[in-house]
Amino acid sequence: MNITIEYYLILSAFMFFVGVAGVLTRRNAIIVFMSIELMLNSANLTLVAFSSFQGNSIGQLFVFFVMTVAAAEAAVGLAIIIAIFRNKLTVNIDEINILKW
Amino acid sequence: MREIIYLTVVLPLVGFLINGIFGSRIKNEKVIGIIGSGAIGISFLIALGAFIETLGLPVEQRQTIVSLFSWLSVGNLNVSFAYQVDQLSLVMALIVTGVGFVIHVYSIGYMHGDKSFWRFFAYLNLFIFAMMNLILGDNFVLLFLGWEGVGLCSYLLIGFWYDRKFEKSTTSDAAKKAFIVNRIGDFGFLLGMFLIYMTFGSLNFNEVFSRAVSFNISETTFSFIAIFLFIGATGKSAQIPLFVWLPDAMAGPTPVSALIHAATMVTAGVYMVARTSIIFASAPDILMVVAIIGALTAFFAATIGVVQNDIKKVLAYSTVSQLGYMFLAMGMGAFSAGIFHVMTHAFFKALLFLGAGSVIHAMHDEQDIQKYGGLKKYMPRTYFTFLIAALAISGIPPLSGFFSKDEILWQSYANGGLFFWIIGAGTAMMTAFYMFRLYILTFEGKERFGHEKHPHESPALMTVPLIILAVLSAVGGFIGIPEIFSGEHGNQFHNWLSPIFADADRKLASFSMHSHFEELLLMVLSVVFAASAIMFARYVYLKKPSIALNTSQRFRGIYNLLWNKYFVDEAYDAAIVNPILNTSRSFLWKIADNILIDGVVNGVAKIIDLTSKNIRKLQTGVAQFYALVMMLGIVAAFFWIILSL
Repeated sequence: MNITIEYYLILSAFMFFVGVAGVLTRRNAIIVFMSIELMLNSANLTLVAFSSFQGNSIGQLFVFFVMTVAAAEAAVGLAIIIAIFRNKLTVNIDEINILKW
Repeated sequence: MREIIYLTVVLPLVGFLINGIFGSRIKNEKVIGIIGSGAIGISFLIALGAFIETLGLPVEQRQTIVSLFSWLSVGNLNVSFAYQVDQLSLVMALIVTGVGFVIHVYSIGYMHGDKSFWRFFAYLNLFIFAMMNLILGDNFVLLFLGWEGVGLCSYLLIGFWYDRKFEKSTTSDAAKKAFIVNRIGDFGFLLGMFLIYMTFGSLNFNEVFSRAVSFNISETTFSFIAIFLFIGATGKSAQIPLFVWLPDAMAGPTPVSALIHAATMVTAGVYMVARTSIIFASAPDILMVVAIIGALTAFFAATIGVVQNDIKKVLAYSTVSQLGYMFLAMGMGAFSAGIFHVMTHAFFKALLFLGAGSVIHAMHDEQDIQKYGGLKKYMPRTYFTFLIAALAISGIPPLSGFFSKDEILWQSYANGGLFFWIIGAGTAMMTAFYMFRLYILTFEGKERFGHEKHPHESPALMTVPLIILAVLSAVGGFIGIPEIFSGEHGNQFHNWLSPIFADADRKLASFSMHSHFEELLLMVLSVVFAASAIMFARYVYLKKPSIALNTSQRFRGIYNLLWNKYFVDEAYDAAIVNPILNTSRSFLWKIADNILIDGVVNGVAKIIDLTSKNIRKLQTGVAQFYALVMMLGIVAAFFWIILSL
């Protein structure tokens, strides 16, 4: 079986929509956070796939950037979630809705 | 002195600025008075110097223009601050600064102790500044600047005692009335100016007047220009139909009535007609209108004056009537006779007003002549000068009023016919009658005031101006002795002014010849009329006061008509003021403003308020909702891009 680029793209699109669904539907901030990571990684997968199929290393280079940014983001994001939890004793994002009319 | 004539304009302005800005801090009445009067006094000396210098020049060099700076320069329109020295403007300048100076000095005494002493002198100086612009300006725009300026000062000074009651309302209402009625006239004047610029392509006097002679312009155009200018003149000079403001203008302090509403400002219309004489002479129909309006105004104002009881009201109607005389002269093409009457009238009417002020001063603000009587032994100087002025205005020779009034009467007979003479002579008779009614009720007869009043002669600051004006009223006429006494070309005043009116005279050159005998006869007749009117007034008000009462009882209807000034104010109220007021109130205010404009403005606000109240619910605070919307947006954008490919 010959593995073409479509497989990778379809997989990454599937991963991306799982992530979107997670972000939009889950109430726990940690899980929303994980879903965001999932979306980032689906993008990484696309970049790697194109890089490999075109024999061009720039895509892989970008993946390192994304991973670095994601690590930094995870650190800040988790810190925020902990801070919120300390204040409100919950990480349910539909209960954290004071920024409204 | 002719080159520095602009100082006569600048000095009053300087006086106004000093008194207006620092007056409230100076506080010293003497200093303020000296600054105010001094500015005018020096202006008078300069004008006098210029006059004497001009007298020594040959006729063709007498006109000169002193240009200060360019004011407006737009396209072909060039207007500069340039002052014209010629025979006419010099006469007017001498009247304004001379009489103005005397009245300034008088005001120091009259306004003594007033809380706004400095404001009064600031306004008076501002007035002289505007008036000098009006008479010295060498173009219509500068004339109009002065024209509006004197209107403003008139407004400010009528309402000077803004916290006092005047008749049924306040002095501020009288001031507003004067201003608004004048605006109607000013509108006509502006239209006239526009038309002049359209026709002649210039607003400069010399250019316009020379083009009026040389250009081929239809009489209709001249008629329109003349009628618009004359509408302006009726406003400023209180002629039918715009005379209603002048009697109310008496709400101002008496020196103001003397200076602005008798001697100078109200003659601006006469001056303007004289200045534009060539335009009026080119429109004979309008000249006739001027004559008729003048004659009617003279007559009707005099009839009102006969029954009024307020000393200043009588003088006010007398002023309207005398202004009518001047316009009658203008309408007859007797321009120099009209200006002559402007001058003599400035002397004796200013004197009458100042005398009235002196009486009012002595009687503690009482103005009803029925409550005077027998004042001559308390205030001999006021009495004597007032008598001279009353004789002068009645046209008794050899006082100044005789010469000017008689010249007008003669010209109206010679150029207009018997009808105008009869109206003029009838007016002269009534004038003599009501002036002596006023004089007798004030100074002669029994005292009709209570013991709480202690009339006293006014201080020298007030009586010396009276004496100066009395001398002028007495001898001022001798510069214009009619030709039947002084021989061919013997009328000095006429000779002096004739170059100004030469073009107009040439246009109107259709004087029918009349014999000297006729002139002498009419002169004697008018003097006899005036003298008999005086004797009649003496008889009625001194010997048999009951006659006056009986007559007013018997002719109740006429008396009421006159007492209420022909109900002109009421008619204007009913025909113009009230409809405007009612439309404003019921339509413009309650419908147009409250419903339409407020409705639109408030409606827009309400719509925005309602929509935003609903739309703001979208901001739920739930981050996931925002993410959903964002995603939907991205998907939509995506589809749009794909579909548009």
